Order: sequence, then structure tokens, then C-alpha cells
Amino acid sequence: MDNAILSVRDLRTHFFTKSGVVKAADGISFDLREGETLCLVGESGCGKTVTALSILRLVDSPPGRTVGGEIWYHQEDLLHSSPARLRAIRGNRIAMIFQDPQSSLNPIFTVGDQIAEQIKLHRHLGKREAWDLAVSLMDQVGIPQARQRAREYPHQFSGGMNQRVLIAAALSCDPEVIIADEPTTALDVTIKAQILDILKRLTEERRMSLLFITHDLGVVAEIADRIVVMYGGRLAESGTSADIFDNPKHPYTWGLIKCLPDMSRDQDRLTPIPGTIPSLIDPPQSCIFHPRCPRGMPVCTREMPPQITISGEHTVVCQLYKL
Amino acid sequence: MKKKTQNDKLLEVENLRKYYPITAGLFHSRVGDIKAVDGVSFHIEPRETLGLVGESGCGKSTLGRTVLRLEEPTAGRVLFRGQDITRLDRKGLKSMRREAQMIFQDPQSSLDPRMTVGDSIDEALLIHDMGDARERLRRVEELLDRVGLESYHYRRYPHEFSGAQKQRVGIARALAVNPNLIVADEPVSALDVSIQAQILNLMMDLRDEYGLSYLFIAHDLSVIRHISHRVAVMYLGKIVELATKEDMFGDPLHPYTVALLSSVPIPDPHRKKERILLTGDVPSPAAPPPGCNFHTRCPRAFDICPREEPFLKELAPNHWVSCHLYR
Repeated sequence: MDNAILSVRDLRTHFFTKSGVVKAADGISFDLREGETLCLVGESGCGKTVTALSILRLVDSPPGRTVGGEIWYHQEDLLHSSPARLRAIRGNRIAMIFQDPQSSLNPIFTVGDQIAEQIKLHRHLGKREAWDLAVSLMDQVGIPQARQRAREYPHQFSGGMNQRVLIAAALSCDPEVIIADEPTTALDVTIKAQILDILKRLTEERRMSLLFITHDLGVVAEIADRIVVMYGGRLAESGTSADIFDNPKHPYTWGLIKCLPDMSRDQDRLTPIPGTIPSLIDPPQSCIFHPRCPRGMPVCTREMPPQITISGEHTVVCQLYKL
Repeated sequence: MKKKTQNDKLLEVENLRKYYPITAGLFHSRVGDIKAVDGVSFHIEPRETLGLVGESGCGKSTLGRTVLRLEEPTAGRVLFRGQDITRLDRKGLKSMRREAQMIFQDPQSSLDPRMTVGDSIDEALLIHDMGDARERLRRVEELLDRVGLESYHYRRYPHEFSGAQKQRVGIARALAVNPNLIVADEPVSALDVSIQAQILNLMMDLRDEYGLSYLFIAHDLSVIRHISHRVAVMYLGKIVELATKEDMFGDPLHPYTVALLSSVPIPDPHRKKERILLTGDVPSPAAPPPGCNFHTRCPRAFDICPREEPFLKELAPNHWVSCHLYR
């Protein structure tokens, strides 16, 4: 936990539904360090969004509840912070950017107003100053003619422009940490490249830490310093970007990398991961990837897989590496 | 439908246009057009897959739907086995659709939630009077098996299926009538990556097995590269480049294609490549820029581009580009 700004320890967020307990995040641990970009990678239903929402205690309750674990932000466990303290942290110290920019903005206020509102709320600036700061932030995220466009409404902006507005709003309080949940998924590839560029530049300039949630390994390769691979609400593997791409250890990580069509060469056939994504209702007390695993062993159906350190920061949760 | 002329092209699209009127005022008078598809020509040969790629709003889905006449074209011709389907009556259209089917992006909304998936597939056979009840049952079971489902899935409802399984049902339904051409509109983009590969492999197997042609519409360039023989790149309702897969990915000529290819994030942290960042957004198809409609974002635009509209030229055998750089 040396220079970690945010430490998630054994996070368990479950949803209590009529059909059973959905263990959306089931024992997730990782550190986010100062100035680094950490990617949470996984497919739909792997618990990556729930993990992010749990950090800021934004999970709808009921049905969801964080039933265990710790979330350390500096010396403070956010799971035990008062609502007032959480409000002071949210947006201010830890900001969030969501996938769908259109639905995160209020259609009846101008985009400038919405950024300025946040500035007034958190930084206690006057109306004029807040507006000027909003315009300057819009300029920094690459919105042309920011002063005029600040007076426009979200429907007058494209998806990529709205995502810039959200990034500007997230930056408005100069946060230490930005949590971005699939911020580029809804965008076209040329716009996606622009947004990734902006995020990379801003995190470097401002020494911000970025927790970036995505399913897109291409984006991960582009932006990540370190990577956490999740599957079925649990950790599969974590390490530096080079660890995961050059020396993946978990059979799920192998599958994820191998199943992608390659842009730079021709392949005869793709290698899909067989089977389907598991239900998280009452998951087994053993490896949840086992039914799809090419290297599954009898022990995988009996025991929880151990967490094993491969080298340095590279850890994997799998029976294959047990001595 | 019998072919009138021997033709080695399964599908020929000539100067196809699809405009949607923009209306305003009390009497909804027409004040302009959204030019979703604006003069597009291409062909598809038997057993060939043509990949159609472009960003959202470029008109690729509208083009796919117009080719099957799910949308009425504003102008242009669509020749299927030499016959102009834009002039077909209902009956002619029905028999054409027996040979040309569609797979949709969202398997959720293209299946009737109150029908078992078996009945959904059977419906296609029923509409086209293909066999009696017993023959149809056998056919549906055979199709389910072929797309990787089990015969007990016949009596299940769509909500009991995962997204990938639903897409398998969508494929089975398209295959039911033994088509020659399938227009697939973003068939894998709603699926998770580990599942996407399953469906792509299935579609390629079926292509080889049944000799299908695909018009494969997608925004994901790596998927397009994997499945296509030839590729068409669309921008604002027009095809800007059309080439074999090898030429398109090995030697792209149109500045838009070059930028598009350079924007794709590659899942390899060591491969740092030169990226051409396009500035700005795709302009509205209601008011496309004059001249070359890409000139507002083009890094290589020059004086003639805003004035004159370029047209597709064959610069090398089978490599068509619409750009003033190559005059």
C-alpha cells in the first residue's frame, strides 16, 4: 500500500434479488497509485462497473449492498465514511465519468451551466469565475469555440463532444482520482482515439490517477500502466501492462487475448472461449471459470483457486500455478 | 424467380440513393433531405463477403436495409441476379426475400418474445410454404443443430437465451429459407469479445458450407478484416474507397481510410504507431459539406476539395478511391 491513493481490499458487493444473491463483486482487491492508469478489464457481468460504483458508494440499495471489504482512500475507509464526508469526496477528490454521456447530462441546462454548477458547489467560486473556469476547462478538453459552445445544450453536441463536456466537469475540482466507466465504448473509432488522447494528456499533465474500466483490450494496451482482469465477479489476474499482454498466466486472459481478430494479419479461424458467461447467482465455492477453461482439472471444481505471485506485481488466481 | 441473363454477379447496386425528408411547419412541408445513402454503387459475387465499414451515421445500416428493400430507395437500381428488385411487386419481393435474408444487430429486439424460438424459425418456413408440419419441424431442428443449439431449445423463449444464443437463433432463421445472400447488420457488435469469435467462426463456416454471400456491416475494422474478401468504406452516405481486403488494409489510399485504420487501438502495448487524429465530428447528413464531404476533417484537403465533388475511380485493378489526391 506504499504510494496507493486508493486501496480496495476484498470488496464484496452483492445484490439481493428474488431469484437469489447475485455476487457481482466477490472479493476484489487492488491498489490505485499516484499518477497511474489502472484498467479494470472484463466482459459484461464480470463486476467491473459494480466495483467502480462501490468505491463511491453509488450502488443502488436495495437491492445492492456492499457486504464486506475495505476501500481505503488515503487513511480513510470510505465504507465507514459519513454521507456528508462522501459528498465532499465525490466529484471533488474522486470524480467519475460514465459510459453514456448523453444520459449523464441534464437536457434542459446548457453544458456551460452544468460544469459551472459543479464548480460553484465544490469550490465556492462566484458565478462569473465559475463560468470562466468552465469555459477554460472546455477549451482544455478540445472543444472548439468553447466560449460560444458553453451556451449550447447537450442535444446540440455530438456524443464525442458530450463526453468531453463530462471530462471537463470531472476535471473541474481538480480531483486526485478519476474513475472512468467505459468512457469510449459508445464512441466511434476516430472519436475514441481523440478522447483517449485527451485522457492520456490530462492524466500526465495533472498527475491524476485514472481507474479506467473497459472491455476493449485495444484501449487497454493504449492507456494502461497496470491491469486487473476480472471474471465472474472475481479477480483473475493482475499485473503491469507488459505482464498481462506478454506473459498472461490465467487461462481466461489467454482466451481474451487470443479470441480477438487481429488487425495486422490474416487468420483462418478465431479461437473463441467456449461456453457462455456464468450467472453470478449463487456462484460455486470453486473456480468460476472452470466450465470454460481449456486447462481445467478436478481440483478446480472442489476448491477456490489460490492467489499466486508470479513475479513482482504479477499475480494470478488459478490452480495451475500452485506448487 | 428465374434469372434472365447469365450473370456472375449476385448483387449489383447502381447509384442507390435513400433520402429522408426533413419537414417543418404546420403543413410539414419538405425543407430538405437527410441523404443517408447518396449515390452508392457496388456488387457482390457469389460466395463473396463484402465488408461495409464506417462510423455511426454514415448510412451503412440504411444501405443494408435498402438493398433488401426493407426501405424504399429514393433512386437507383438494385439488381439481384440481374433482376431489378426496386421494381418488384409484393409477390416478386417475397420470392426475392427467399434468396436474400437479413441478420440484425440486436437479437433481443428481432425475436418475438411471446414466440418460442422454434416457432420463430418455423415462421420463416411457413411464410414461404416450405414443407408440411413434420418436414418443417425436422428442418428447424436441423437448423438449430447447425448453429450450435440443441433441439430442446425449440420450445424455449428468447428471454431464456443469452445474447449469443439469440444471435444463433437469428442466424438459423435467416438460413431457414436457404438464401444465397445474407445482409448482416453489425451481427457481433452487441456481443462480448469471447463470444464474438464464436459467432464469427459460425458465420464463416456457414458461408463455406452453403456457399453464401454476405454483405457484412460493421464498425469494427478488425472484425471486417477477418471476415471480408472485399471492403467498402463509407463516409456520409458515400463509398469513399472500395478494395480487396489486402489492398484496403495493406495500402489504403483515401485519407479517411488511412485515418480510420490508424485510429484503431491495437491490443499490443509495444506496437506504438503513428496515429492520424481526425479533428471534429462527422458533419450532419442533412447538410453535408460541399465538394468532397470529407474535406472539413481531411488532413490533406486542398483548394479543389470544397469546390468539386470527387467520384470513385479505379486506381489499380479492383481498387476504387474517391479522392482529388488521385487525379
